[in-house]
Amino acid sequence: MNGCGLLNPFDCGKLPLASWVSEGLGWMVENYRPFFQTVKAPFDTVLQSLTNFMTTVPPTLVILVVMLLTWQLASWRLAAALVAILLFVGFIGVWPETMTTLSIVLTALIFSVAIGIPLGILSTRSELLYAILRPILDGMQTIPAFVYLVPVVMLFGIGNVPGVIVTVIFAVAPVIRLTYLGIRQVSEEVNEAMRAFGATDRQLLWKAQLPLALPTIMAGVNQTLMMSLSMVVIASMIAVGGLGQMVLRGIGRLDVGLASIGGLGIVALAIILDRITQALAQPRKRPGEIWEHGPAAALQHAIRLFRPSRVNARRLDRR
Amino acid sequence: MTNPVVQCSGIWKIFGNKAKQALHAIREQGLSKSDVLKQYGAVTAVADVSFSVREGEIFCIMGLSGSGKSTLIRHINRLVEPTDGEIIVAGRNVGALSNSQLRALRSTSVGMVFQNMALLPHRSVQDNVALSLELRGVGKAQRMDTAKEKLKLVGLEEWGTRFPDELSGGMKQRVGLARAMAADPEILLMDEPFSALDPLIRRQLQQQFLELSKVVRKTTVFITHDLDEAIRLGTHIAIMKDGRFVQVGTPEEIVTEPADEYVADFVKGISRLELVTARKIMRPIADCSTMAHHNGATVAATDKIGAVIELATHHSGDITVMDDNRPVGMISRRDLLLGIRG
Ligand SMILES: Nc1ncnc2c1ncn2[C@@H]1O[C@H](COP(=O)(O)OP(=O)(O)OP(=O)(O)O)[C@@H](O)[C@H]1O
Ligand SMILES: [Mg+2]
Repeated sequence: MNGCGLLNPFDCGKLPLASWVSEGLGWMVENYRPFFQTVKAPFDTVLQSLTNFMTTVPPTLVILVVMLLTWQLASWRLAAALVAILLFVGFIGVWPETMTTLSIVLTALIFSVAIGIPLGILSTRSELLYAILRPILDGMQTIPAFVYLVPVVMLFGIGNVPGVIVTVIFAVAPVIRLTYLGIRQVSEEVNEAMRAFGATDRQLLWKAQLPLALPTIMAGVNQTLMMSLSMVVIASMIAVGGLGQMVLRGIGRLDVGLASIGGLGIVALAIILDRITQALAQPRKRPGEIWEHGPAAALQHAIRLFRPSRVNARRLDRR
Repeated sequence: MTNPVVQCSGIWKIFGNKAKQALHAIREQGLSKSDVLKQYGAVTAVADVSFSVREGEIFCIMGLSGSGKSTLIRHINRLVEPTDGEIIVAGRNVGALSNSQLRALRSTSVGMVFQNMALLPHRSVQDNVALSLELRGVGKAQRMDTAKEKLKLVGLEEWGTRFPDELSGGMKQRVGLARAMAADPEILLMDEPFSALDPLIRRQLQQQFLELSKVVRKTTVFITHDLDEAIRLGTHIAIMKDGRFVQVGTPEEIVTEPADEYVADFVKGISRLELVTARKIMRPIADCSTMAHHNGATVAATDKIGAVIELATHHSGDITVMDDNRPVGMISRRDLLLGIRG
């Protein structure tokens, strides 16, 4: 029955992959910990300042900003809906946690964009780079996040900053992919026209490729945000605070109420961030178009109404 | 005689990884286009083409789809690198230019109009027109002035702040023309600029372009797959087939002396009335003694058949052809009919 043989090859011995990984990681921790601590520093700074800001700003101000932003980018209807959602979040008592989670998600977004867009651009310049990057991106997106929680904890410790790092690893892929895709989609005729009139590589990128790829890149940003939010609960297992922590505690104590309000907070954030980035991803014909309606237009209108009336008044004075 | 502004000699363009070997094989073993495709997986787009364009000329390249016209014209501003051959533009060897020299050439000396217009969809019409100036770093105020001026030239001064997708095909093509002329280049490259338009608009734009090029006198390489267009616009015409030039000549030469069956087939349907000159159809007078016979009805040697017909409807008898106030030939009714038939 047992014993090593042609029919039972797996009994002959096994590849000690698990111990290799552990040993390799142990070696990295021993020798390169200072390096990983330095990597952590910029994440720490950005997260700290964002969290400080978000948690000290009065809720009413946050709600007002979200309202104006949404009204400008989309419509007053959506703005009203988002305000209702924010009020709901506040009144079920999860405002501080929501702001903490928002800071974490936004920090992860900032780093995903800062890493992802340049990598995406570089990939369009070098097929080799993209060929190397692709399997890595696939891996980062599909390996269950639980698996790399352990190495991240060993290298970076626990808390909000490692939480951001885990989130970036999980969520950076769409920005890279869609930046690559967006630039690749720019038609050959546009590229050729730019070159025919004497564009440098840099001018080609800034004056044609990036503007034309922007809606696609924004779709990538939207996906990255959604993936970051899906990491919130998982990341709370390495002591990341905020809404994820509430859900985790709720599960631990079988407190359905606590888990529910935490969950609702996450849903609320997801809706708000999704709608705002989707509005940003709308392709726009002209750069200035966005200011031609909404509060900005109303403000301009008000200024215009105000000015001529002053001129008229002066004219009347002179008479 | 002015110097050639564009001069191409021995241009070969073979697409494919083994282009150099394929070219070698063509030269050594005389492989045909299809052999090259079979053996090397390479497409021969341009095969040993040489031509030169003098200042102020409109050089038309006419050929059917896939004959290599677009590939050839892209050599002139080096959007395509030749497999072999040399291109001299305004006295400079294009192949030897550094990147920055090449960019300078493209943004100042060579303007291009594309087959598919290729306007930038995210920029307003005036920003499209001013593209070459912007890429060269010209200030905004001057850019806008130039854009306005060029848009006026093509009759679109009202449309500067619109976007390409708000324009009709013909208008877009005129914007493309304005864009190509924005930097006041010496050379215009026009790749089937009017092909996508309906016949009426096409005629209008051809007329506009002719008038315009009389004013601005730019050396133009003009691609078309329409012989009528080539004849209407070209000072010289090259007929291209399978990557080669079959014939190069003035419109009259092409129509009256087609080099082979292929060209003859093309020119069959072409009206000769406004093309062929009296000199071409006359019987030359050897000595001045016949001069006595001439009875008053005269045309100039450079007059076209159409004018001769007009005259013949009012006069019976032969018509005398004059050159420099001297009679050089006679045209009888029969000569005229033969001339019309070709
Ligand atoms: N980048 C390329 N790679 C491979 N083959 C090409 C490439 N560009 C053109 N060709 C080939 O070269 C030949 C000539 O193409 P080209 O576009 O110059 O023709 P054209 O005369 O401009 O035709 P049309 O009137 O349809 O525009 C075609 O057989 C085409 O398949
Ligand atoms: Mg073509």
